Amino acid sequence: MGPFLETLFGGLMVGMLYSLIALGFVLIYKASGVFNFAQGAMVLFAALAMARFAEWIPKLTGLNNKFIDNTIAFMLAVLVMIVLAWLIQKLVLGKLVNQEGITLLMATLGITYFLEGSGQALFGNDIYKIDIGMPKDPVFIFEKTFEGGLLINKEDLYAAVIAAVLVALLALFFQKTATGRALRAVADDHQAAQSIGIPLDRIWVIVWSVAGIVALVAGVIWGSKLGVQFSLSLVALKALPVVILGGLTSIPGAIIGGLIIGVGEKLSEIYLGPHLGGGIEIWFAYVLALAFLLVRPQGLFGEKIIDRV
Amino acid sequence: MAARQAGDVILDVRNISLRFGGVKALSDITFDVREHEIRAIIGPNGAGKSSMLNCINGVYQPQEGSISLRGKTFSKMNSHQVAEMGVARTFQNLALFKGMSVLDNIMTGRNLKMKTNIFQQALRWGAAEREETAHRRVVEGIIDFLEIQAYRKTPVGKMPYGLQKRVDLGRALAMEPQVLLLDEPMAGMNVEEKQDMSRFILDVNDEFGTTIVLIEHDMGVVMDISDRVVVLDYGRKIGDGSPDEVRNNPDVISAYLGTVH
Repeated sequence: MGPFLETLFGGLMVGMLYSLIALGFVLIYKASGVFNFAQGAMVLFAALAMARFAEWIPKLTGLNNKFIDNTIAFMLAVLVMIVLAWLIQKLVLGKLVNQEGITLLMATLGITYFLEGSGQALFGNDIYKIDIGMPKDPVFIFEKTFEGGLLINKEDLYAAVIAAVLVALLALFFQKTATGRALRAVADDHQAAQSIGIPLDRIWVIVWSVAGIVALVAGVIWGSKLGVQFSLSLVALKALPVVILGGLTSIPGAIIGGLIIGVGEKLSEIYLGPHLGGGIEIWFAYVLALAFLLVRPQGLFGEKIIDRV
Repeated sequence: MAARQAGDVILDVRNISLRFGGVKALSDITFDVREHEIRAIIGPNGAGKSSMLNCINGVYQPQEGSISLRGKTFSKMNSHQVAEMGVARTFQNLALFKGMSVLDNIMTGRNLKMKTNIFQQALRWGAAEREETAHRRVVEGIIDFLEIQAYRKTPVGKMPYGLQKRVDLGRALAMEPQVLLLDEPMAGMNVEEKQDMSRFILDVNDEFGTTIVLIEHDMGVVMDISDRVVVLDYGRKIGDGSPDEVRNNPDVISAYLGTVH
């Protein structure tokens, strides 16, 4: 029982991070119909910005309080992501209104390379660490419930809580505020939204900013675990099976999809690994996504598209 | 009809020409709409009715001519700017926000009237809370008016077609428009639904004094509810006047019934 639950928890925590990245995809896809290939690059860019700001601020100001430094660095990184969202809307997407989906996809592919290149040019291409003071020591929980208890990484636990809070805040923002309502309206029908006076440009800047902030949080969590480096932008590739599983248009889908993939790959590694020669973690998500595409192409929670002929 | 008095010209359409490449959708269309009246645009399929409405709404920008609302010209504006000037519309093929409830759909119509910013809303701070409540009151009034109270929380995608049309009207009304554009408000409805919709249109016009421009195929309905009618055919204006004048206009008759060869 113990090892199984430990694996399960480990999977849930990793899955939470997949969910965060997948959430970025879903937010932008819902509001603008753009499949944002640059989400991974945004994670890298945001994490690099945060890591370097946190490094530079003590040097420039002489402030040596880690909490204050990190807070200022985070605020600055949020600002950077908002400016970036504005630039993307002004310079790229604003010029491509009403273009084919494939054109927009290619544009985001361009943004990917631009962000990866400029991110490393601006902030350097070493491995940087983000130290937001998360405890690294593991703890035992449920020791009373059964023998030996469960060994859980405290850092993972904190990360999962942060991710869960962020998701809850986003859900409230979308459901309960007038701006959230306008965002959902744009997601449903661009033309109708315009006719009632919702400015599309501004909405898209907001959505890309929110996706940027989500990318920042994901980047900070991953970065504090494994360090910030180029490979961070590849984590997003793991989010692709997540959105296929959960459905591209569903926020709960992104969250549950992420958890399923996280848990699935960890459990399969432990229980199927020995029989199949190991390394399952690497490809498990994609095979699961493939199976889903065959059976339920719209994903678990996605909208089923019915074309009338 | 006695209670309603048509006033001054509110919407003035002058010499509008619209081309898509080599295709002339509209040529040299001129007409005006007076305050508080119900003005219909009719014509056979492909006559350019929807193009005309889309010009007024800012979806299309005509190559020539001008459109002005209370003297302010806006023929080169986009939909969002036109909405800000107080022009609302409904759609021929429903363009509702299908995943959202009736209440939320109509609340989106209040978007332009919201003054608090995104941060106040996120925190639900004083002003944002009060504002939401005030708008909610207006929207509840519209829901009562359109008799869709029972569907308040239903996602519109799940409602019957005729009721979805009402929600579309409700969303436009929530903008408290000066001019309301209705693109075939009765398309695809049965007789009973048409009667309901006619009643709502007349009531809106009567109670709120809203000026209405509508496109409609059903001639019976048009002749019953509108004050004046513009007739288009192949992008040209072939008739303009009261329902009776239009009905007896030989050009209009031949456009609809064909001429004897």
